Amino acid sequence: MTAGVLFDAPGPRTRARHRVYTVLASVVLLVVAALVVWRLAEAGQFAYDLWEPFVTPVYMKALLVDGLLKTLQMAFTAVTLAVVFGVLFGVGKLSDRGWVRWPCTIVVEFFRAVPVLLLMIFIFFSYGIGDGFGSYWSVVIALTLYNGAVLAEVFRAGIEAVPHGQSEAAYALGMRKTQVMTSILLPQGVKIMLPAIISQCVVALKDTSLGYYILAPGLTAVGKQIYGEFQNQLQTAIVVSALYIACNLVLTAVATWVQHRLVGERRQLEVGGLGLPAQTGEAGGAGHGHP
Amino acid sequence: MDWLADGYGLVLRAFLLTIELGVVAGVFSMLLGVLLAAARVGPVAVLAKAAATYVLVFRNTPLLMVFVFVFVALPKVDIPQLSFFAKGVLALTLYTSAFVCEAVRSGVNSVPLGQAEAARAVGLTFGQTMQEVVLPQAMRAALPPLASVLIALMKNTSVAAAFGLIEATARMRFFTNDNADVRTVIFLVFAIGYVVIVELMSAGAFTLERRWRVAR
Amino acid sequence: MRFTRSRTLLAAAGLTLAGALSACGNAGGSDSESTDVNVEENAADSFEDGTRMKELAQDGKITIGVKYDQPGIGFKGAADDAPTGLDPEMGRILAASLGIDDQDITWKETISDNREPFLQKGEVDLVIASYSITDERRQIVGQAGPYYVTGQQLLVKKGSDIKGPDDVKGKSVCSVTGSTSLEQIEAKGAKARGFDTYSECRDQLLDGSVDAATTDGAILLGYAAEDPDNLEVVGPTFSEERYGIGYSKDSPEMCQWIVDTLKKAEDDGTWDKAFEATLGKSGVDTPTPPEMDACPSS
Repeated sequence: MTAGVLFDAPGPRTRARHRVYTVLASVVLLVVAALVVWRLAEAGQFAYDLWEPFVTPVYMKALLVDGLLKTLQMAFTAVTLAVVFGVLFGVGKLSDRGWVRWPCTIVVEFFRAVPVLLLMIFIFFSYGIGDGFGSYWSVVIALTLYNGAVLAEVFRAGIEAVPHGQSEAAYALGMRKTQVMTSILLPQGVKIMLPAIISQCVVALKDTSLGYYILAPGLTAVGKQIYGEFQNQLQTAIVVSALYIACNLVLTAVATWVQHRLVGERRQLEVGGLGLPAQTGEAGGAGHGHP
Repeated sequence: MDWLADGYGLVLRAFLLTIELGVVAGVFSMLLGVLLAAARVGPVAVLAKAAATYVLVFRNTPLLMVFVFVFVALPKVDIPQLSFFAKGVLALTLYTSAFVCEAVRSGVNSVPLGQAEAARAVGLTFGQTMQEVVLPQAMRAALPPLASVLIALMKNTSVAAAFGLIEATARMRFFTNDNADVRTVIFLVFAIGYVVIVELMSAGAFTLERRWRVAR
Repeated sequence: MRFTRSRTLLAAAGLTLAGALSACGNAGGSDSESTDVNVEENAADSFEDGTRMKELAQDGKITIGVKYDQPGIGFKGAADDAPTGLDPEMGRILAASLGIDDQDITWKETISDNREPFLQKGEVDLVIASYSITDERRQIVGQAGPYYVTGQQLLVKKGSDIKGPDDVKGKSVCSVTGSTSLEQIEAKGAKARGFDTYSECRDQLLDGSVDAATTDGAILLGYAAEDPDNLEVVGPTFSEERYGIGYSKDSPEMCQWIVDTLKKAEDDGTWDKAFEATLGKSGVDTPTPPEMDACPSS
């Protein structure tokens, strides 16, 4: 239902009333914006030297190479591994054999319910530090487990969304269970799931910021270093957030494009959020788990 | 399990703080989120744009950055000091309300066209249409995604651990630092604490969903 | 302590022979100053064959692990070339005795949790990173020193009501989440505020969000040194931390060299200068360098 149906095409009096509302709302918003700007100016937050690092090549390079690139790498690695994890456990959850299905279900439910930061801290301080694999991989592994568990649920739902006739026909042709899964169900399921997978990338990308807590590289780490040096917390937060938002918007655009390209119509997959159905089609992942 | 015998009071207090943060921020997020959703579907274009921008910004910003804004950047502009708990609630609310808005909006979108048309046909205003006809149905449809958002919020309270609030995740670090040999057990105890909270929430949502289900 | 001052002149006169006093070129941060140290020439000749010192002197290179996030102790900004602080100064003094110039020192960031593995795996030759000497650590790695003794203290805004550990009841006190310092202060009745670095705590303190920050006095002094107008370290220490220099147990001969080199630096005033250029900026008096432990007989 579009918003347009919620109210009548306004008549002259309503239009006048809406104009009043528009003016009032604009005034309020402008006053709020002006207050913010005034407050910031009062606190000297527009001083050039607070913004200077972001136009200084050394710091720009630090932000983009040590920050953004590392962040994207971590997110990309984590999502790739999460897809593998997701396929294995998603298929495992659909297994006919209880001794496969139950462990898979428990693992998936566990990692979906535990905060990713708690997981990250545990992995880092138990296996990451010292002789371990370091903070970079601690972030990647924690994100893999969490996003993998979410994707396992997506895959399960995706496979179940393939019409039953498909697998029945395949069995009728004499295919074995594995064959049905790999050549009939998964290829069709993946097509339905793609937008959900890409929107999970947005979630993973945002969650790389938690590496801040365990000294991992990435945008937030570089940001912390910069504001530690220049005491320009607000400016750094604005720049780092803007970079994250830009990346996520690009990802969202890709998700929409892929969806139109591959899935055609707006057929979005509904995935259970811990026993509940929830939307995943929208990038930004309002749905399940950890937005 | 000596650590648990000695420290269970601390564990419980930490989880209590987690739940308090989640519940208080949840209430404020619902209020702000529903207001934002109303602005988004309402007839005043300026408000719709403003709400859409808000949602776009906060949905694509990592929660950690919202915390950095509230805890680290905001004090630089000399506004009145809030308590740590209030700042935690503020950061979680700013972030979560964007997701609440989207969940409610998707609920509104799921209400059949005829409902609103019929409401208009009998002469209800926009406010009445929303309040009497659309929202009651929309909230039912929005319940599953809303429950997911609130569950995510409960888990997201863990980010406060890096910002001076000793909730469950922060408390785990004290225990693992002092009892390195049993850190896996400690992790499992805290993780299961979260799992219990999350499962209770989703069971509650499931019950509500069944009770509220509208026949269509 | 002033007695070292008079001896400084004598010792300095004897040592300036090399004239190798290079300008304190450290183009890194704005306030980064390093003390001038005499780089020994032909240092390799003065060490016996087969010692680690000889190898390092012959290679003309050394790798030293320091902290990057503790002003005054070991700090490196995002765009700095080399870290600054008391720990890097000690590193420069030691490197100079091997004939190694500043630019041939490779600095490596260590965090509290990877100092032992770094030494054991030979990733660094020395760890100088606010590294408290403890019996547990001495089981695994060598620790020479102490070159500085400190203890848990409180950092407050100038003019605060908090004068010492007895005044913290009910106050918000910041430290690193999970640290012993934070547990200690929580036990004293303070509201524990855990952040992930001490710098965050310093900012919270300056913003007025917390009433005090707590950890090793040396680290706090570093923050006070950066901002002596607003911050001060108060109260007695309520624990003792003795900072030592970590080396690998595979080269026990390094201990005596470290102790001798630092002893010389203490006697000729280089230690004082290093302190004054770093932690001393907070306005505290330069302390008498601590008595160093005897090296274990190997």
